[in-house]
Amino acid sequence: MSYQLTGPFASQGTFQERQSVAINPDYVGREYRAPEAYEVTRVKIREFAEAVGDTAPVHTDPTAAKAAGYADVVAPPTFPVILGMAGSAQAIADPELGVDFSRVVHGDQGFHYSRPVVAGDVLDTVTRITDVKALGGNELLTLETVATDASGDHVVTAGMMLVVRGE
Amino acid sequence: MSKLRHADVEVGTEIPERTFTVRRLDLIRYAGASGDFNPIHWNERFAKSVGLPDVIAHGMFTMAQAARLITDWTGDPGAVVDYSVRFSAPVVVPDDDEGAEIAVGGTVKKKHDDGTVTVALSARSGGAKVLARSTVVVRLA
Repeated sequence: MSYQLTGPFASQGTFQERQSVAINPDYVGREYRAPEAYEVTRVKIREFAEAVGDTAPVHTDPTAAKAAGYADVVAPPTFPVILGMAGSAQAIADPELGVDFSRVVHGDQGFHYSRPVVAGDVLDTVTRITDVKALGGNELLTLETVATDASGDHVVTAGMMLVVRGE
Repeated sequence: MSKLRHADVEVGTEIPERTFTVRRLDLIRYAGASGDFNPIHWNERFAKSVGLPDVIAHGMFTMAQAARLITDWTGDPGAVVDYSVRFSAPVVVPDDDEGAEIAVGGTVKKKHDDGTVTVALSARSGGAKVLARSTVVVRLA
C-alpha cells in the first residue's frame, strides 16, 4: 500500500511499503534541515486548536491573547509536533535510512519550551537522529527537532521516539 | 481566564479527572490539522493488516487532550515549559457513534522555587493505561 503525504509532508512524496531493513546506527547524528522556514499563522493555530477540542480563547482571539500578555494567538502545547513530524518525515523518507513508514508507531514524545509559539513566528527547524536501537524485534528511532525564531533564539525542542514494528 | 497561582498549589494537589471522547471524525480532523495521515489512524482495513485491533488514535491526539487538562487547570496555555509522555497502549477507536473515551488526571509532584510545578499525568482508555511516565512542568502565576 502507498499513500500520498500532504501538508508539511507533501515534499516527501509517496511512501511505498518496503521490506524491513535494520536501521543503521551509524546514522545517529545525521541532520535534516527543513527546506524552508515554517510560518505560524492564526488560521493554522485555530485549525489545530479546534482539531484537539481546545476552546481557550487565547488560541483563536488575538484580543484575548494580547490581554493575556502574548503578542498574538498562542499555539496549543502540542502544536510543534507539526514541525517534528515534518522533520521526522524527512528522516523516514531518507532512502539510506530504510524505514518502512507503514510500520511506524509513536513511542514517546516530548517538548521543551523556551517560550510559547505564537502566530507570526517564523521558525527554522533542524531535525537530528539522536538514537537508534533494537528492542524486542522492533527498532527504536529517536529524533529531536529544534525550532529557532527569526532572531535565532531557541523556541522549542520536540523529541520523538518512533517504534518501527518488526514483521 | 484567571491564572492559577503557585502559592495555591501544594505537592499532592490533584487535578480532577476529565473524560474526553474520540470518534473517527476527530481522527480525520486531527490528521488534517497535524499532517499525520498514517492510515492506521483512519483506515480499519489497513490497521488490521498491520496487526492492530482496529483504527487507533494518534498518540498526539491523546497527548493534546492531556494538555487541555493542564492548560485549563493553569489558565495559561503558554505556560508549559516541559511536557513529555510515553504512549504505553493504543487508544482503539471503533467505527460507531460512541467512539472511545480517554480519562485524564494529574497530581502535583513537585513545587520548584522558580514558580513552576511538575505534574504527573495519567490517561486510561478501554481499561488500559495509554500514557506512562508522563509529566508536565508548568509555570504558574
